[in-house]
Amino acid sequence: MSERSSVQRAVAATLALATVLLATLMLISGPPTRWFGLSHPGVFHGRDVSREDWGGPFTLSDMSNQARSLSDFRGKVVLLSFGYTHCPDVCPTTLAKFAEVRRLLGTDGDRVQALFVTVDPVRDTAELLRNYVPSFDPSFIGLRGTEEQTDAVTRAFHANYQISNYRGNITVEHTASTFVIDTNGKTRIVTPYDQSARELADDVIALLRTG
Amino acid sequence: MTGLFAQHATIARVLALFIALCVFSGSAICAPAGAAPGLLRVSDAWVRATVEGQTGSGAFMQLRSREDARLVGASSPVAEKVEIHEMRLVNDLMTMRRVESLPLPADTTVALDHGYHIMLIGLKRQLLVGQSVTITLQLLDARGAKHAVDIVAPVRALNTPSVRSSPSHE
Repeated sequence: MSERSSVQRAVAATLALATVLLATLMLISGPPTRWFGLSHPGVFHGRDVSREDWGGPFTLSDMSNQARSLSDFRGKVVLLSFGYTHCPDVCPTTLAKFAEVRRLLGTDGDRVQALFVTVDPVRDTAELLRNYVPSFDPSFIGLRGTEEQTDAVTRAFHANYQISNYRGNITVEHTASTFVIDTNGKTRIVTPYDQSARELADDVIALLRTG
Repeated sequence: MTGLFAQHATIARVLALFIALCVFSGSAICAPAGAAPGLLRVSDAWVRATVEGQTGSGAFMQLRSREDARLVGASSPVAEKVEIHEMRLVNDLMTMRRVESLPLPADTTVALDHGYHIMLIGLKRQLLVGQSVTITLQLLDARGAKHAVDIVAPVRALNTPSVRSSPSHE
């Protein structure tokens, strides 16, 4: 009886030790899903929406009033964000992050296209977008549409925006996430605002590898 | 005449040095006399640069009041209107709205760098890196007395992250 309980104690102690070791390992190297590296499909820092119906084709006007469609960027991973140039903080931070992603990717940076879609097309003229968007990186493209087009494209990406003007006080709200679109035009990842350039770059690398 | 000119030049030099000190220290010691010297300490003040045609920008800073006070307004010669704005991020939806005032509890650093910022609206000129912008902060102390504190904030690049300590390199 006492022999059996000492065996039980030994098993319990071994299990406890194994649990502690596993917990330590997970603390050090992240959850098990991260141990297999980023080439493992379906493992992204951002939210994987590969199986969901996000985004889809759209056509908007660029900074030279030329029509641009998502299909024009086939072969590149597209980073798309919604915003407006009068945005004091979130939008410049996001665009600076996209520029950092391109730098982190080195020569592969050319396989990334950043698109900034304004939710304030009345104030954000083509000219203003031309001054603003490429100032973060010359390759970046600013897009704008009519109110209907803006509504349609934001709806397709399950994004929200609202501009209200109450007694001269303009209040703007918009989705701050980044939408990562693969080389075939399929929206794959929704990256929250607070994820770093490194995490976003890792996700882009994963998409460039797996297509 | 030469003496007078030399005297003026000296005054100008002293003034220039003072302004330079203000800009570099980013401190409210620069507040004009009578404007509650020492009530408010302002550090790390800066304004985001703009591109041509952009009529708004944000100013960011850290405020520390010696006594309980409230930031109730601001003005600047470069903007038609200056407002205190609150930015919220809920489920990745960014909302920005004007707030009437911002409490400044005694001896507490209040960061206007992410959740709150000063919004410059109706800019009269483009803000270029290397320039500086004067902003007058209006405070109301616990006794209801008004104070005006001038700060001189340098203009930083458009792509500057608003929170300086953010982990950009991991």
